[in-house]
Amino acid sequence: MIAEMFRKPTKWSVMKQLIFKDIDDLIIDSLGIVAFISFFVGGVVTIQTALNIDNPLIPKYLVGFATRQSVILEFAPTFISIIMAGKVGSFITSSIGTMRVTEQIDALEVMGINSLNYLVFPKFIALLLYPFVISIAMFLGILGGMAACVYGGFSSLDDYIIGIQTDFTPFHITYAFIKTLAFAFVLATIPSYHGYYMKGGALEVGKASTTSFVWTSVVIILLNYILTQMLLS
Amino acid sequence: MDQCGYYPFKLYFNPNATELMIEVKNIHKSFAGVEVLKGITTTFDKGKTNLIIGQSGSGKTVLIKCLLGLFDYEEGCISYDGKIFSQLSEDEKRNLRADIGMVFQGGALFDSMTIAENVMFPLKMFTKQSKSEMEDRVDFVLKRVNLIDAHHKMPSEASGGMQKRVAIARAIVNNPKYLFCDEPNSGLDPKTAIIIDNLIREITDEYDITTVVNSHDMNSVMEIGEKIVFLKDGFKAWEGSKDTIFKTDNKVVTDFVYSSELMKKVRQMYIEEKQ
Repeated sequence: MIAEMFRKPTKWSVMKQLIFKDIDDLIIDSLGIVAFISFFVGGVVTIQTALNIDNPLIPKYLVGFATRQSVILEFAPTFISIIMAGKVGSFITSSIGTMRVTEQIDALEVMGINSLNYLVFPKFIALLLYPFVISIAMFLGILGGMAACVYGGFSSLDDYIIGIQTDFTPFHITYAFIKTLAFAFVLATIPSYHGYYMKGGALEVGKASTTSFVWTSVVIILLNYILTQMLLS
Repeated sequence: MDQCGYYPFKLYFNPNATELMIEVKNIHKSFAGVEVLKGITTTFDKGKTNLIIGQSGSGKTVLIKCLLGLFDYEEGCISYDGKIFSQLSEDEKRNLRADIGMVFQGGALFDSMTIAENVMFPLKMFTKQSKSEMEDRVDFVLKRVNLIDAHHKMPSEASGGMQKRVAIARAIVNNPKYLFCDEPNSGLDPKTAIIIDNLIREITDEYDITTVVNSHDMNSVMEIGEKIVFLKDGFKAWEGSKDTIFKTDNKVVTDFVYSSELMKKVRQMYIEEKQ
């Protein structure tokens, strides 16, 4: 499947249009939900951290520090990817699966078009912009934490800003983006595989979407563990 | 000699194939150990509407999908104008497929595109025509299938008959050499079904192409069956034309042809007329 996906497209001008369409469907359309979740989960992380620091010897700026670390290292790349496995993954599986059921993929093949390349390659290219989504999630997660921290009265704005600047390791950003790119590949290929090779009718499209979400999540979690072990330990 | 009966040095070309035709030799195809096609051998002739008929489950759709290379088969061979399909490279297969038009049972229109975009799609993919040239061609073929004001409709907004006509327009837009139709009038009312049948026959004559239609509709047999291949349980049970199918004594064929009350009456009248 991967080899067929990377074959030369039948026509680049058509492929370009498909890539822009998939950027719109997979990236731009996901920004709203990602922004909403990131902002509020960032706030929740801050509140829980602040409430669990009851020792007066621990400085208040640690709330900002803990929020930054949680958001950059885990929440933005991994948690958002699991959400994207549900949103983008099931969209990919169901749209390709429906094309399979209604013989649209057969129609492409009969016309002499490499259907795997036509359907999956633009999604893969579109998802190369996934780090852009994760950057927004990181920013809004930390911003949500700041809003919760300041307006909830857990610490001052200055403390929070000192916290998010404390012991900053640029490699953590690199690590997060390496994970993000690996997850982008998983998000493009596993749901496409489940949609493309599904058999049956409308009911099976639903089943394939569920299976694809489960497997995409499992692979993301396992990859997260392996990459963390390789890159941070 | 290979399984197609050709000598090795003529693997890619059959000197006997003088016209555009499709040759099927001893095709066997199974699914999960159940044999669906049991050694089908036949030819589909140029400039004719060739019908594959038979009951549901007789292997018609499987045969047509084998012809198109959508299903691999275990044994036998299929050749297009002497070129053996299974021996072509992937690129050669894609080039050949650019000469094939297919009308799927459900239409298989791309539901993210309008009707005009659906019809324009093969032109966009395989030609270097300008946008205005493509639009002119789309207008022409949509007019040819009697669809004039449907350009901007989505497939979901079109009726079953309209969807079939759009599928035919998409299949012929790139001037194919071969046209395949999988049950083109299933789910249509008798009047629309006849319009679709006539359209297929007219297009076959007009463009002089090799048309293969898969059907279990006796109206289609009477309207367009210039050559008929009858399948029964994966075997080829009979071969002939619309003129000979009503005269045959083959019990398997007569059981199928005269299964409806209407056809029984037609036969009775035919016998009485003969007497």
